[in-house]
Amino acid sequence: MDFNFNQEQLQFADALKRWIGRDYSFETRRGIIHSDTGTSDTAWATLAELGMTALPVPEEHGGFNGNAVDMFVVMQELGRGLVVEPYFATVLGAEFLRLAGGRGDLLEQVATGELKLACALGERQSRHDMFDIATRADANGDGWVLNGEKKVVLHGGQAGMLVVSARSSGEQRGQDGVSLFVLPADTAGITVSDYRTLDGQRAADVRFDKVQVPRANLLGAEGRGADIFDAALDYGAGLLCAEALGAMEAIFEATLEYLKTRQQFGAPIGKFQALQHRMADMYIHLEQARSMALLAAVKLASPDAEGAATERRRAVSAAKYRINQAARYVGQQAVQLHGGMGVTDELPAAHYFKRLATIELTLGDSDHHLARFIAQPGFMERTAA
Amino acid sequence: MDLTYTDDDLAFRDEVRAFLAEALPADLQHKVRHHLRLNKEDSVRWHKILASKGWVAPGWPVEFGGPGWTPVQRHIFDEECARAGTPQIMPFGVNMVAPVIMAFGSPEQKAHYLPRILSCEDWWCQGYSEPGAGSDLASLKTTAVRDGDHYIVNGQKTWTTLAQHADMIFCLVRTDTGVRKQEGISFLLINMHSPGITVRPIIMLDEDHEVNEVFFDNVRVPVANLVGQENKGWTYAKYLLGHERTGIAAVGRSKRELAFLKTLAARERKNGRPLIEDPLFSAKLASLEIELMALETTVLRVLSRADKGPGPEASVLKVRGTDIQQQLSELMVEAVGPMALPFDPAYLEGEREHSLVDDDDAAPLLSHYFNYRKTSIYGGSNEIQRNIITQMILGL
Ligand SMILES: Cc1cc2nc3c(=O)[nH]c(=O)nc-3n(C[C@H](O)[C@H](O)[C@H](O)COP(=O)(O)OP(=O)(O)OC[C@H]3O[C@@H](n4cnc5c(N)ncnc54)[C@H](O)[C@@H]3O)c2cc1C
Repeated sequence: MDFNFNQEQLQFADALKRWIGRDYSFETRRGIIHSDTGTSDTAWATLAELGMTALPVPEEHGGFNGNAVDMFVVMQELGRGLVVEPYFATVLGAEFLRLAGGRGDLLEQVATGELKLACALGERQSRHDMFDIATRADANGDGWVLNGEKKVVLHGGQAGMLVVSARSSGEQRGQDGVSLFVLPADTAGITVSDYRTLDGQRAADVRFDKVQVPRANLLGAEGRGADIFDAALDYGAGLLCAEALGAMEAIFEATLEYLKTRQQFGAPIGKFQALQHRMADMYIHLEQARSMALLAAVKLASPDAEGAATERRRAVSAAKYRINQAARYVGQQAVQLHGGMGVTDELPAAHYFKRLATIELTLGDSDHHLARFIAQPGFMERTAA
Repeated sequence: MDLTYTDDDLAFRDEVRAFLAEALPADLQHKVRHHLRLNKEDSVRWHKILASKGWVAPGWPVEFGGPGWTPVQRHIFDEECARAGTPQIMPFGVNMVAPVIMAFGSPEQKAHYLPRILSCEDWWCQGYSEPGAGSDLASLKTTAVRDGDHYIVNGQKTWTTLAQHADMIFCLVRTDTGVRKQEGISFLLINMHSPGITVRPIIMLDEDHEVNEVFFDNVRVPVANLVGQENKGWTYAKYLLGHERTGIAAVGRSKRELAFLKTLAARERKNGRPLIEDPLFSAKLASLEIELMALETTVLRVLSRADKGPGPEASVLKVRGTDIQQQLSELMVEAVGPMALPFDPAYLEGEREHSLVDDDDAAPLLSHYFNYRKTSIYGGSNEIQRNIITQMILGL
């Protein structure tokens, strides 16, 4: 039993921490958010230099072969630093490529930082069920023709290549018949409308109008993308748990500091028990969230264990559910305890709150993951971790 | 990062499991698993079984008769006992007064009391709380006045768990009234059979006799029964409280209860379907299970740093652990619905084999729910635990 991070993991975290402390201040970030692209090429270049883009890429494609526990520390720091760069979208896309095998050329470009990816998965009707896919991929002589629209594609406007899910057969909500493709974002017939999301990040709606996809751009086997899809989404949800944890730590620390300094009625407001107990409850949420984020990362990092896919789904859904609960409590209380300051755009804590709320809505909300947790085989027999 | 048990741990677990399968009497297991009441004889019987194996005091150093287990092994042992459904070892002797005697007692006290605790010759109880001193324990008023070789003790303790069975009580008493309230307190070991002691039952919500008031009327206690130094009792009391381990979270027991709840939910019907298929119920059950997963992982995180000693994080475990226990008790009642209503003390006491209304699983559950309201009050209420978190961890 060992809950410690290893030396390399701590070094990655340290490097990020130092960079964020030095070059990614709250003011710098504000500038980036309000710039045209909403992201920073300089920041991206640094992330690549620090090895962050290479971390999750397999060794044979120029990466460091990092697993979900390695990524945990990185996402936690990016969460603490409230970094808005298209890192998560790229890494999630890379996971699709890795799981599908092949396309090592693209992974190499991800590793060096040359290529950013985005994952065009959700649609208007799908809510949190990413298997609810109306976008069609119809086979023709040269490959497939894509038609449909993907909504709120994270960093869809900043990516060079898109990972796209589409239905080549089967029912709209079925697991069979899902095919996955990767294709350049500027392919003829693709329209990308980019916008900001409320947490200061970017997303886009992506339309596919008779887009011709060559054979080489299929990921995995035709119609059999479901397993890759499921595993990659779990990986993404697990990373978001770690990011949320980092954001929660930051907002918690900021709130604690505020309670110690803000004076009312002749005393720091932290002397009032009504607030102390809420702080204690926030702390308890934070600790429980940390446990679940770690558990999910560990299960994601052991894909070869017996019954691993069920274990993974179970742990990830439990973690995302629990972290959503914690994020809501910690975020809302942090704003409340900051009083009027808490609802201003000036306050960093308020921006963490926004990020936490958007994570809650990304890759599965609480109800979605609770239902999925229940649906896993063995629910009636299992008792806990 | 590696959250699996080592092969040695797994071998140890198998050993414990095999022993429990053989040594745990079926009637005791049945009582525990079905929420029936245990009597003194039940507790003593199980204590002696474990004692003869040398496993009754897992936390004790080997020199005093402990098995020399690592923190992880102790955790595994707790888990396996809970899973099997063993009675709980009464903590007052083994886990509370014994560590204080080991750390601060005289050689005579160690030689006399520790073996008797191991063999269960003495049943101990804890005399801390008083009518005017609950959460604010240092306000206690029971006095001990020196008279030659004796202290003369006067006053009242309350909420004393199972004092009706006790041979010995460890008490906090006031030996100096002229100083700060934490400073004039001493730690005394008192024979419950001494003249001047009266025990009066307090009947709990579930009509069980679990706690008592204990009155001291000019009780003579030999000075040799003072632990450590006079007026230093508060330090020892805090040491005792700090000695609580991760077991406070009761994860193992809650896992057993969760399994029980699931069998109920599979068996009960709602709208003609198994209750577990009702999305409202299954959502509550699943979210509770997730909370328990998180607690279990938190316990393991605390354990993995156990070399740093038990710290204020025990408060997190107490709050979450008791909350989960209470929620489980609520959901079990919800699961069986009106079948929880009939009150059947004779069945609860084991005087009859089956319950009056023929649902042996359901009959004890409402009593259990009422009884478990205690968990967030005793051992430092959950509000006090939050105070500890804010002061000791958050520095507010
Ligand atoms: C079943 C049971 C068994 C027990 N066994 C024993 C035993 O064997 N030996 C023994 O010595 N004691 C025992 N106790 C006593 C137990 O430790 C006390 O009940 C407990 O410490 C609370 O004290 P109180 O009941 O006086 O409540 P009070 O201290 O009067 O508290 C009443 C309420 O006010 C809250 N409160 C009090 N102070 C604060 C504060 N500063 N901030 C916020 N909230 C506060 C409490 O949380 C509680 O909700 C037992 C209690 C129970 C219920």
